[in-house]
This record gives sequence, C-alpha cells and structure tokens, in this order.
Amino acid sequence: MEKNLTNNIKSFIVSNIVPILFLVISIIGIKYSGVALPVILMDVISRMDRNLFLVLSLLIPVLAGMGLNFGIVLGAMAGQIGLFVVTVLEIPGFIGLLVAIIIAIPVSILLGWLTALLLNRTKGQEMIAGMILGFFAMGIYQFIFLFFLGGVVKIDAPQGIMLSTGVGVRNTIDLVNVKYAFDNIFKVNVFIFIIVLGIIGIIYSGLKLAKNKDNAKKYRTNIILMLILIIIGIAGQTLPAFKMYKTLLQIPVFTFVLILLLCVFIKFLFKTKLGQNMRAVGHSMEIAEVSGINVDRTRTVATILSMVFAAIGQIIFLQNLGNISMYNAHENVAMFAAAALLIGGASISKATVTQAFIGTFLFHLLFNVSPMAGKNLFGDAAVGEYFRVFIAYGVIALTLALHAWKKVVAARQKVKEAELKEDQDNKEGATA
Amino acid sequence: MVKSYIEKIGLPRVIIIVFLLLLILAAFLQGQNMSMLTTDVLVRFGMNGILTLAMVPAILCGTGLNFGIAVGIIAGLVSGIWSIDLGLTGLTGIMFAICVSVPFSVVFGYLYGKLLNAVKGSEMVVGTYVGYSVVSLMCIGWLVLPFKSPTLVWPIAKAGLRNTITLDGYYEKIFNNFLSFQIGSVTIPTGLLLVFALACFIMFIFSRTKTGIAMKAVGDNNMYAVAAGINVNKMRMLGTIISTVLSAVGIIVYAQAFGFYQLYQAPLNMAFMPVAAVLLGGASTNKVKISHVVIGTLLFQALITIALPVANQIAPEGGLAEVSRLIVSNGIILYALTQSGGKK
Amino acid sequence: MDMQKPILELKNIKKEYYGNKVLKGVSLDIYPGEIHCLVGENGAGKSTLMNILFGMSVIHETGGFEGEFIIEGKPAVIKTPNDALENGIGMVHQEFMLIPGFTIAENIKLNREPLKNNALSRVFGKSMKSLDTEKMKSDAKESLMKLGMDIDEQTIVKGLPVGYMQFVEIAREIDKKGVKVLVFDEPTAVLTESEADKLLEAMKHLAAEGIGILFITHRLDEVMAVSKRITVIRDGNHIQTMNTCDTDVVKIAELMVGRKVEKIERKVNASSDEDIMEIKNLKVSMPGELVKGVSFSIKKGEILGIGGLAGQGKIGIANGIMGVYKARGEVTFEGKPIKLNDPQASMSAGLSFVSEDRRGVGLLLGMSIEENMVVPSIYNFKKYLKKFLIFTQKDTKAIRENALKYIDMLDIRCTGPTQPVMRLSGGNQQKVCIARALTLEPKIIFVSEPTRGIDIGAKKIVLETLIKLNEEYGMTVVITSSELAELRSVCDRIAIISEGKLSGILSAEASDSEFGLLMSGINKKGDE
Repeated sequence: MEKNLTNNIKSFIVSNIVPILFLVISIIGIKYSGVALPVILMDVISRMDRNLFLVLSLLIPVLAGMGLNFGIVLGAMAGQIGLFVVTVLEIPGFIGLLVAIIIAIPVSILLGWLTALLLNRTKGQEMIAGMILGFFAMGIYQFIFLFFLGGVVKIDAPQGIMLSTGVGVRNTIDLVNVKYAFDNIFKVNVFIFIIVLGIIGIIYSGLKLAKNKDNAKKYRTNIILMLILIIIGIAGQTLPAFKMYKTLLQIPVFTFVLILLLCVFIKFLFKTKLGQNMRAVGHSMEIAEVSGINVDRTRTVATILSMVFAAIGQIIFLQNLGNISMYNAHENVAMFAAAALLIGGASISKATVTQAFIGTFLFHLLFNVSPMAGKNLFGDAAVGEYFRVFIAYGVIALTLALHAWKKVVAARQKVKEAELKEDQDNKEGATA
Repeated sequence: MVKSYIEKIGLPRVIIIVFLLLLILAAFLQGQNMSMLTTDVLVRFGMNGILTLAMVPAILCGTGLNFGIAVGIIAGLVSGIWSIDLGLTGLTGIMFAICVSVPFSVVFGYLYGKLLNAVKGSEMVVGTYVGYSVVSLMCIGWLVLPFKSPTLVWPIAKAGLRNTITLDGYYEKIFNNFLSFQIGSVTIPTGLLLVFALACFIMFIFSRTKTGIAMKAVGDNNMYAVAAGINVNKMRMLGTIISTVLSAVGIIVYAQAFGFYQLYQAPLNMAFMPVAAVLLGGASTNKVKISHVVIGTLLFQALITIALPVANQIAPEGGLAEVSRLIVSNGIILYALTQSGGKK
Repeated sequence: MDMQKPILELKNIKKEYYGNKVLKGVSLDIYPGEIHCLVGENGAGKSTLMNILFGMSVIHETGGFEGEFIIEGKPAVIKTPNDALENGIGMVHQEFMLIPGFTIAENIKLNREPLKNNALSRVFGKSMKSLDTEKMKSDAKESLMKLGMDIDEQTIVKGLPVGYMQFVEIAREIDKKGVKVLVFDEPTAVLTESEADKLLEAMKHLAAEGIGILFITHRLDEVMAVSKRITVIRDGNHIQTMNTCDTDVVKIAELMVGRKVEKIERKVNASSDEDIMEIKNLKVSMPGELVKGVSFSIKKGEILGIGGLAGQGKIGIANGIMGVYKARGEVTFEGKPIKLNDPQASMSAGLSFVSEDRRGVGLLLGMSIEENMVVPSIYNFKKYLKKFLIFTQKDTKAIRENALKYIDMLDIRCTGPTQPVMRLSGGNQQKVCIARALTLEPKIIFVSEPTRGIDIGAKKIVLETLIKLNEEYGMTVVITSSELAELRSVCDRIAIISEGKLSGILSAEASDSEFGLLMSGINKKGDE
C-alpha cells in the first residue's frame, strides 16, 4: 500500500515534471524578488485575464495533430483590425468591443482558411510554415497600415490615429473608448469568485452524480474538492489576515466567464463528431483518410477555429492593455502563448484546458518575478528580463526537440519490438 | 514556351526579378545616385555572402535550411569581442577573431549537430527555436561576461557589454579596403569580394572531395547513402559543423564591413535573410549549388539595397523598404516550404 | 437459408491498364454462409479484382472494367468505396487500420459514430452533433461478442496483442450495417499459430450467421481447413473454381503456378560445386519483408533465384546481407565471415547489390548518371579520386570513362553521362543501378526485382546482361524476384521463401506443384 503511494507520487512527478520544475523556479523567484505575494498575484491575475484566451486558442490545432499553431499571429491581426475599426468609428465601451469581435470574426475566418491552405500543403512542417507565414503576414499588415491607409485610401479618422503626414497609422493607438470594457463590467474579489465557482462545481457534480452512476467516485471526490475550495474562500473572505489579498485580487468576472465558455466549448467540441474527426486526424492522417474522414477539411476547420479564438483573444488582451502597439502587439503572441501552454505540461500533440490554465499561471508568475529576482540576485534587472525571454524560447525549443526525439525513438522501438516478438515466435515454434 | 521557362526558373523568382528590374528603372528615373547604389550592392553582396554560403553544407547533408545559424553567429561574436578586448587591431585582430571562432563554432556545431541528429524530420523548426534560445541565453552572457575594454563595456555600469560595438580603430572595413579601386565613381571592395570568392572556392573544392560527394549523396537520398555504406549521421554532423563555422566566420566578415558588432537581440532573426537569399538563388530544401548562393545573395541584396532609397522617395515616412523585405524574404521561404512538402 | 441464390456474382470480369490486360475474364460467386477462397500468385490479378470489388478510384480513373457485377441477383454499380460499403461489402485489411491512441469502441465506430442532437448541432449541422458514447460502447460490445471476444471495449488499442487488433478490425467490419460479404485479405499473415486458429474459428462462426466470406490466403492448409469452394486465378485468367472436398493441396499448388517457361539458352554452365557464400540463421528486420532465420549456401558461379510470394521475406535476404536493413545471423563469404549491418564491409568483401526499390534506395535522383555509378566506389574504395596533399578531388575523367563504358555496355538510352537520372525511363534507371553495382567490381551480385516496372525490351537486356556477367566473368548472381517464371527462365537453382523462412531449394526444372507447395509453405515442416 505504502509502496503503491510512493509509486503514485513518483509517476505524478515524472508526468508533470515541467510544471513542477517551473513552480520551483517561480517560488525561488518570488522569494528573491522581495515583492509581497498579493501584489505579485494581482499582476498575475490581470495577465491571465489578458492571455488565457489566446493560450486556449492553440489547443484545437494541437489536438488535430498540427502542432503549435504559430499562425495565430494572423488571428491576432484580425483582432487588431476589428479594434482599429471601432476606434476609427469611435464606438465606445462594451458595444465597441462586440462590434470589434463581429468584424474580426469574418476576417479571421478568411485568414484561417488561407493559412489552412498553406498548412495542408506543408504537412509535417506546419510549425515552421506557420511561423514564416506570421512574418510574411506582418509584412502585408504593415504595408496596409503604414502605406495603404491614408496613402491609397483616405480615411477619416479621429485625432491620434493617423500619422501627422496623413499617411499610415501611428505606432501606438490609445484605446480610451474600449479600455477595460469587458474587465470592468463586474468585478468581485478572488474569494467570492472561488466560493461561487465552488458552488457551481458542486451543483454540476451533484447533477452528474444523480444521472450517471459509473463515475460516482470521481464526482464524489470533485464535490469534496469543491467544498474545500469554498472553505478556503470563506476563510479568505472573513479572516483579517487575508485582507490585503481581498482588496488587491479583483477578478474581472465577465472576461473570466468568456474564458470559461471557451473551455466549455473546447470540451464540448471534442465530444462531437467534428472533434472526434479532429482527434482521429491528429492521431493518424492516413487511417483517418482511409476511414473516409476528409483530412484536409478537418484540418482547415481546426485552423479556422483557432484563428477566430485568437482574434477574440487578442481583443480581450488589448482591452485590458488599453492601447494597441499597431506593429508589435501581434509579433510575439504565438510565441508567448505557446510557451505558456508548454510550461503547463502540454506537448506538441497533447494538451488540455487544465494545462493551459496552469501553464499561463506559471508563465506569468515567472514573468512577473524574474526582473526583480534578477536584480536582487545579480544586481541587474536586465538579467531577469533576458532570463524570462530565454525561458520562453528555451521551453519551446526543448519541447519541440523532445517531441521530435520521441518520434525517432518510437520508430527505433518498433523495430526492436518486432525483433523481440520474432524471437518469441521462434521459441514458441521450437517448443511446439 | 514562356510558360515552361517560367516553370523552370520558378514563379516567385520571376516575380522578384521583374520587381528588381522595376526597382532599378525607378531608381534611374528618380535620379538616384546609381554609382553609389552599385557600390552599396557590391558591399552588401560581399558581406552577406558567407552567411548565405553557410546554408550550403546544411542543405547538402540533408538537414535542410539551417534556421539555427545563430548558433554559429554567437560563436563568431564571442571571438570578435575577445579580439577587441585584447586590443588587437588590423589584420592581426580580424585573423585572431576568425581563427578563434573556428574552434568555438566547431564545438557549438557539434552540440547542435547532435541535437539535429536526434530530431530528424523536424530540423527546421527545432533549429529556429534553438537559435532563439541561444541568442536569448547569450543576452545574459553579454551582461555577465568579464570583458574589460572600455570600447566594449557600458561606461556607467560596472558590467555588461554595449549593444553595438564599434570596430572603428580596430578592423573596420579592413577587407573592403584591401586593394579596392574605383571604376568611375563605383568603388569595388576587392578584398571583401576576394574573401567571399575564396570561401566559395573552398566550398567548391570540398564538394568534390570524397567526403563532399558522400555528403551530397546523404542529402539527395538517405537510403542510397545507407546502402552505399556512408555513415549518414556522421555526414549530417559534419555538414552542421561546417555550416556553423561558416556562419561564425560570416558574421565577422559581415561586422568588419558593417563597422559594428551587434549584440543582444540583434542576431535573433539573422537566419532568415541567408535562407531567403539561397532559395531566391534557386536552391530548394534539399538541393543547392554554389551558384545559387552567388546569384541569390546578389539578387536579394540588390533588391533590398535599391528598394531603400526608391521606397523612401515614394513614401518618405520610411519603412516601405523594410516591409517589402519582410514580404519578399518570407514569401520565398514559404514558397520553398510548399514545394518540398507538397510532393509527399 | 436460401442457398440457391448467390449474394455476390462477378461475371467474366476483364480489366486492362493502358493496354496491359491484367484480368482476362474472371468469374466469382459467393453464397451466403460460404467461405470461398481465392488463390493465386502475386500478379495473378487478385488485387485488381479486389479494387474492382471495392470501387477503388484507380479502376475508374483508368477506364473502368468489363463484365457483370451482380449483388443478390440485381446488377450493381460500384464506383466508390462508399458504394461498396452501402452494398454490404466489407474488407478486413492486412495492415491494421486502427488508431493506436483510440479505444476499441472508438476504433470500431471510426467515422461511423452514432450521434445525438444538441443545441449547437441544430444550428451548425451534423458535424456538431454529440457522440452517443453509450451507444458506441454497446454497439462495439455487441460486435465483439459476435466474435467471441471478451474484452473491455474502453481499452486503448495501443499495446493490445496483434491477434486482438485483428479481431477489432473484424469487429469494425461486422458492425457496419447490413454487411453481406466480408473479404479477408491475408488476415493470418501477422498472427501466431494459435491466434490464426482462433481467427479461422471466428470466420466459420460468421459464415454460419449467413455472411459470405471471400478469403484470400497463400496458406493452402488454411484453404483446405475452412473453405467450401476454391477459385484459382493465374495471370489474370480464371483457371478453375472447385469444391474443396474434390481437390487436394498438390492440385491447387499446380494450378496456381502452372505456366509455360521459356528457358533462356545458356551457353555455358559456370556453376561449380564449391560454395562461395554460406548463410546461417539470417534474420532481417525489414518492415513488411521480415526474414525469420534462413540458412542456405550459394555455389560459386551459379545463378541463384530467390522466389516466393510478396511480403514473405524474400526481399529481406539481400537487404540484410548488404546491411541496408538490420540483420542478425552468420554470413560467410569465401570462407571469411562478413560483418553484418555494415554495408561497407559487405562491399569490401566483394558483394554488390541492386535494390528492389529503385527510386527509394537505388538512385540519387537529383544527380547525374555518371555520379550515380561511382558514389559507392568513391566512398568505399577511394577509387575515381585524385589525391592532393591534404585533400582528394574527384577524377572527372575516370568517372566519365566509366560512365561511357556502361552506357555502351548496357545500352542506356540517355542524352549523355551528365543527364540527371530523374529524367530517365524506368528501364534505363534500372540499368544505371546495375552499372553502379558493377562499378564496384563485385565477385557476387545481388539483384532484387530486376525487371519490375520496366518495358519488355529493357527486361530482355537486363536479364541477358546478368547471364553474360555470369558466363563471361564467372560472376555469381543472386536474383530475387516475385516472378517465378522469370526466375525459372534464367536461374540454375531457386530458393523459395515463405513466412520468413526457407521452404526449400529447387532446380529450375522442378514441377509446378513442387513450386506451388513450397510457396504456400506446405513443405516447410517436413523439411525441418
């Protein structure tokens, strides 16, 4: 029994080595940054609010076997186009963001379709193709916003959008009209949020438990976990020791509801016919094709969905940030989202919603603490800043390399297994 | 007839050549200083040539386009910085830098080659991110490496190298100026071109040696090479090392012409230009000749050199040249990727 | 059950590809509850017949076929695999079409998942319908039960024993609605003996439920054990359909192979009694052509044929000896052991190889004819090189001379020695491969599938060249080929490989039934 437990712990650590490692690094970082935990968490929550939607937009292509969709840069551009239009038209607030999303969706569908055309022609090299496509699209995008607008097509924009010459859009556009339009709709402190989440969880698990006797154990554990969550929430809400957390950690409910909706949609998607097709294609394009699944079409849909969510994700990101850096905001979207997802323990062919949450949390925790920790440890904040950039690139490089290496090893393993089996057959034959 | 010709050269190449001709025409009509432009094209051709040449061994040995030349560039930069820290100037300085960069890049290339052999089939995307990681790791390195020379270190802070390090007074343009002469008002950077030609020649000789031929066989058909008794992994390793060495030497030659060593994030996206150039010259992800390097570098550098003043005149706000460089270089890489992927 | 009416009838089916007749009037009928065996050599037309049965696009893109296709008494038009499915024709593939990461139930229901409506599907259509997981499980369970399989349908397929995978594959077919005819294509090839027995039981069981089964196998003992009737086809001809009870293994074997052999005249017999190579317990891990331990010796100066059906391992032997695929065992050449898994060692000893996979292994498609011929010689023997102080350079002149010599000798039709081999026809590419092998100046040459996919003229030159090498230079030649007739026309002796093992070695003059039986692996047990 005891041995079993140690084994369980061991296998838990082995299978979650990446997030655990980053948790340890983050804890060290928190210690040396010298910043109070609630202050750090406040920042991390706001960054999760910004980024989670984008990170989640990577999930569908991963499950459809297309790897990390570095092409979401195009989706982000679609989101920026939407925001640009509402800024020019001066549509304020919540309605403004809705209009931005409505504009961004068809644009991102078109871009997603074009991306899929490319990715279906570069099977096996989707990631590098998606990345180069991102750079290529940046060229086109810059051409449109720097020279086409104002240069070829005159637009009647309010002050502060176009460059002084009248040709081209400024580098930075202020989003005064829509800033926080989602975030500020409704905010509660983190403890109330936890309590509400817990209650919803209990109701959900309870209903499931009543309907479905098969997984009773799972739902019972869920209910217990939710109860603990509620107790923590109540404790935080009432105990004076957590007063600082209570005031600083404000959750923008609407944005998080949007994020949760996306999670629910992704979960739902993979219980539908389309999702099952995507999984089949992700596991083996050949077998899917033979079984009559239209592989290219399935991959196209996966790409388009990813693009649309990336566009919405970028809009959420920018409403929180409050301004668009027209020519840079999209640049690192894919890279940071990918790094966050991978830090959560995802791989190139497998990723879950939970990994996206954990990864985004850890990534931003690390991002937040490393400059200060770097300053306190090495006397230079720049060390920490470069360190976090290195982490982002490094984790992607490492995961990509591990994934490719595993494929090579698996192929070798197959040959070995065949040999072993053959030897066994021979033995059987000899004794028979 | 025309169609088959276009097919042979490749549509994007045709488009780019036409585009270049239009640019030259526009430059002429705008009354740009053509001789200065020609000088610039020649210099940029020479200074970027060896970096483009670094693609050749990688493609030949079958690892594809080397998006990870940043690994070699870092080796070159470290050696260059060291030469300056020692206060070496002139020919001694640059030869020291080049000589030191070779063992560095051999070691780096060996490690990188190990990795590429472990990730067969995904070399390009892994290479890109390995390059990124190495560059960002070196950013920390530049901050903490114990170099002392005042040319290198920020004057106020105690440690940390400057972003750009001038070669003025060390070996700025030492190759460019060697035996350089004027034809009319066009300056020919003889030494620079000779260095590039020498590198190409060595590569050419290498490709005709026993090892070079074996490497070509690996790149052309892996299974043929196996059946012919060629050690595929060894050849891939060798190709990667040579590519890394060439990129290390390449960045030093580049820097002496440019006048600066650029540190920190500067090498991040440096791989894309040589990749695009060699593809523009006619190479594909598994086939390349040295002529592709020469033609490609010339076309590509001519394009971006001439585009700059022409674009500036059309759109004085600036940036149009940079935008067209982004579109052209990445467009041609994308085209090459679809060509190699589509045949499966 | 009405035994009078066949479920499926194919009448006088003819098919030609680009003027090449591959089916010359084959008829086949299957009754409900019957196991009908289809027997024939490679190239007899079995796969073309299957392609017609399943409406594969390759048939209809090449002008369709002639003959009648009747299902349950009514003429049917089957132009796509989907038509076949709708008409109740199912197929159990030789290679598993299973997704390892999916559960058994998910695999059985792959792309035929039962669906439920939900809020979104009403707006977005069928693809957004939810999977009915409960029904998936119960359907899968039902199919598995039919096969007598007691296994949790929620188990992931990856890691299941091969035999189980085969059953999952079958379960998927019988789960398809209204399946009337089930085709089993060499299903027992990958199974162990006990697994194969189980499978045959399951087939009988299915037949008893009224499904017609078309069973394709090379194992004649299995044919005798389960079938009711047997159809033999050969070279696209319908040879005979007979009741199993009226025939025996020898008869079937003879019908399968029987063919006129035109012996190519040999001037001298260079064969001696001395062994030049001894192979002991050779095992080769070549995917799809596993060699599971063969031992035989090759006589100096002979032309030895290695024959057998496709996928039985004959191709693996030369590949293993030459180090192209991983091999174990002992190979001695001229009394000295050869280091295996080291192509360089094999070539140094005087062995040379023309691969069956011309484009995949044999050629550097992007390089010129002359370069293709010399690369192994340059690398392994440092020939065709000029030495300078610290480096070598290729000897362009010597390379050119070598190329011209072989272009002349083998009549390679090309624009010149610098033409890229990519642009050559199949026959001329094959000649370049042979020239490459000869450039190594070998003592023994292994040639695999020398005439596959090349035209008649080139075929003749290739075979005559091999004989000439043997007669004039005393070179030992080992030819691996799927075409038995071809082997019988040029070889002194022929080794037949079945299921990765040596069935036996016969003289080229041996009778049809002897060859047929060896190819079916019947003689194997007696031999050991």
